[in-house]
Amino acid sequence: MSTATVLKTETEADVSWQTLCIKSDLVAFSGVAAWIETAEGPAQVALFYLPGHETELYAVDHHDPFANANVIARGIVGDLKGQPVVASPIYKQHFRLKDGVCLEDESVQLRTWPVRFEGDQVMIAIEAL
Amino acid sequence: MNISHSDKQQLIVIGNGMVGHHLVEQLVERGATEAYRIIVFGEERHLAYDRVHLSEYFAGRDAESLALCASDYYAEHGIELRLSEAVTGIDRDNGEVVTDKGRYAYDRLVLATGSYPFVPPIPGNDRPNCLVYRTLEDLDAIRAAAEKATTGVVVGGGLLGLEAANALRGLNLDTAVVEFAPRLMPMQVDSEGGELLREKIESLGVQVLTERATQRIEDGGASFHRMVFQDDKVLETDLIVFSAGIRPRDELARECGLEMGERGGVVIDDHCLTSDPAILAVGEVALWNNSIFGLVGPGYQMAKAAAYTLTQGELTFRGADMSTKLKLLGVDVGSIGDAHGDRSPGARMFRYLDQIKQEYRKLVVSSDGKKLLGAMLVGDNSYYDTLMQYYSNGLELPEDPASLILPSTEGAPALGADALPETATICSCHNVTKGDVCASIDAGCTDLGAVKLETKASTGCGGCAALLKSVVDHELESRGVEVDKSICEHFAYTRQELYGIVRVEGIKTFSELIEKHGSSQTQGLGCDICKPAVASILASCFNEPITDASHIPLQDTNDTFMANMQKNGTYSVVPRVPGGEITPDKLIALGEVAKKYQLYTKITGGQRVDLFGAQLHDLPDIWQELIDAGFETGHAYGKATRTVKSCVGSTWCRYGVQDSVGMALHIENRYKGLRSPHKLKFAVSGCTRECAEAQSKDVGVIATENGWNLYVCGNGGMRPRHAELFATDLDDETLIKYIDRFLMFYIRTADRLQRTSVWRENLDGGLDYLKDVIIHDSLGIGEELESQMQEVVDRYECEWANALKDPAKLKRFRSYVNDDRPDPNIIVTEERGQLRPA
Repeated sequence: MSTATVLKTETEADVSWQTLCIKSDLVAFSGVAAWIETAEGPAQVALFYLPGHETELYAVDHHDPFANANVIARGIVGDLKGQPVVASPIYKQHFRLKDGVCLEDESVQLRTWPVRFEGDQVMIAIEAL
Repeated sequence: MNISHSDKQQLIVIGNGMVGHHLVEQLVERGATEAYRIIVFGEERHLAYDRVHLSEYFAGRDAESLALCASDYYAEHGIELRLSEAVTGIDRDNGEVVTDKGRYAYDRLVLATGSYPFVPPIPGNDRPNCLVYRTLEDLDAIRAAAEKATTGVVVGGGLLGLEAANALRGLNLDTAVVEFAPRLMPMQVDSEGGELLREKIESLGVQVLTERATQRIEDGGASFHRMVFQDDKVLETDLIVFSAGIRPRDELARECGLEMGERGGVVIDDHCLTSDPAILAVGEVALWNNSIFGLVGPGYQMAKAAAYTLTQGELTFRGADMSTKLKLLGVDVGSIGDAHGDRSPGARMFRYLDQIKQEYRKLVVSSDGKKLLGAMLVGDNSYYDTLMQYYSNGLELPEDPASLILPSTEGAPALGADALPETATICSCHNVTKGDVCASIDAGCTDLGAVKLETKASTGCGGCAALLKSVVDHELESRGVEVDKSICEHFAYTRQELYGIVRVEGIKTFSELIEKHGSSQTQGLGCDICKPAVASILASCFNEPITDASHIPLQDTNDTFMANMQKNGTYSVVPRVPGGEITPDKLIALGEVAKKYQLYTKITGGQRVDLFGAQLHDLPDIWQELIDAGFETGHAYGKATRTVKSCVGSTWCRYGVQDSVGMALHIENRYKGLRSPHKLKFAVSGCTRECAEAQSKDVGVIATENGWNLYVCGNGGMRPRHAELFATDLDDETLIKYIDRFLMFYIRTADRLQRTSVWRENLDGGLDYLKDVIIHDSLGIGEELESQMQEVVDRYECEWANALKDPAKLKRFRSYVNDDRPDPNIIVTEERGQLRPA
């Protein structure tokens, strides 16, 4: 318990929450893409919105490592074995939204970012520059 | 011409019929082209064709579609095919084959010359309009003669005679069959069976005369010929077709001194070798154990044995079963083993005769009643498969063998697939055993279609289709390949069942469907399997815009953005060009849009133009310009109606007999926007030259002088399949009616992502069943299918026009929601004057 608290505090300390877009930019039960600025430079994230579900918002890499194209936000969202996933629109691999792990090849993982609503704003946590 | 090849021996095959061709296939399969340079001579001008289905030539199939292989098959395997070149002699001393064009050296030679129709030595048999029924040329001659005839007689009431009678009937001749024996098909049926057969055939309007020996043929009075019989009775007719049996074409063998049978035929041993070990013979020219085998199945087995002999293989020919089942003039006839019981001393019989339903069945069993020695069926061949298994595998009969032929009131004891031994032959055309089927399943085949592709079972005459299906189902089940037909983990239903639920309950959204009928174990989000499948079902039923908020999360990316995603994440755009007809102004507009947005441009196989490389955010602007120029969306991105290809038809072409472009436009405009389990391609050809390649489409239409011939379930792509002739000489209205019904029936019953070709392969009852449903409305759903189609047609709206009217929908086309910069990952380079992905 105490360890978790410490970790959380550390995480909070290293990130900054940025506004990405507003709620109406999102598409329910589907994805949209957005640019963010990270410590390593600009990056593209795919945002998925599952209204009414336990976790409503997810942010993962927009870049599909198999196809080497920026397309993940245009994949179909679903759940497999109880876990929300997105299927690549190009070669159909599934990535868990929670941690970005590819179900067909667990050595491949998309980056993920914490995201949340603040009122109408969609906020994303990015490691401090 | 003596070509010497240092390392390869020269193998010559004389004859390019079904068996000769099968031999070549077997040789190719066994790698014989490594050891031999192969030359094949064919006397006819056509590539080997399917003689078993010859009668379909009159129903509209041409030589090309009857061909047993693609026209480049021989060349592809380095085999020289010399058609229209008859071999006139064999010079065994010098090892040469002589034709009218030259001499060809051989190291090994195979005779596959087949047989010719026997014409009885009747005075007058050489009169004009006295013909035979064997080759495509023969059929052309019959057709030509029939044009000036009103009546036709077939001499010979055997299998081929009845085939010929059916053909004459199809040419609208008043037809009679004259048979020397006391009954029809004397080889296959006994007198009871023959009587029943006569009744059934006479009820079709074909006159049957038995015990008639024709004495002479002379000038007729009312008709062209007068046939005079042994009792001086006469019959007048315009056209006579002789079909009184076959004789081996053994003159080449006889002249070069090979050992012959007393009544003809080249004597061969188990290796298909003749008395000269350099020469082999296969098929109907070959005499094995004093028998000529006049069926294609045994011929194929000889061809296989010969291929093994030529490649040092072990397989031999040890005789073949002459059991057969046929549908002649629509009447089922089956004959197994010793059907007459006259070759088996002590045999006992069971007989069942129903003169009301016109069915007759007979069993010939061993004296102890334990083994089936033979069987005879008239009127209903559904008993054949089970009986054949008892016969060919020597299975012990049930306690009461009669139950095998009695009407199945309390469920006949059908022989389960599990009762068959591994050695049981399932498909006799390709000699596939149950063991082979099991092996293919063990090797990874998980459905009927895959097993057929792997083993070739049921791809010959197709008679074993039902048996094969039951074996495959049983084997899959017994392997615990729980034949779970659930579409995915979210629905414990097949696509067909989901379609039924949506229709019956009028469910219009995915969320309602998964709430009411989804599996409880999931989060209810669906997945990339069920969501597009349900989206397709909803669109097929209700045709609401796919970009509506409730439908958009269901769509594959191509449907979501109404364009085709390419490998670098850009899209291609294909506007509809109905029938491939386009005005110069529209062509210019396409070019201008492509130029402005720097799109790579390519002409598609479906007679339209594909514009590649559009970025997501450019799609709405591109489409606004296209719509302003008069275009509509082409659904190239959807499992939906794609294109209707056409030739120019009678409008321009010297050969066209109908307005194919007009019909193509009509079809495309009717079915555009129709979503289905898979993409749908159509074509309309203006004449039998078939320039629009309609026989490779899901729905193909070919003009005739009297209307349209309809072909269905063709396919190009990875597994090409010729479309099958479905109906002939239709008027416009009937054509559309059949297509309406066909498409809606496919949409109702197909699996997800199942093209019409695979659907058809898996359809119980095959083409006949499909005809019953569509043409004869055997399920009573014809009007329902039509009205469902009309609803979809009435609700058509261009999806792009719909989206462009709605700012909320257009928001979806932003590449990024918080930035306008383009995707830096999309890099292009120039090639041949256009841009392509780097």
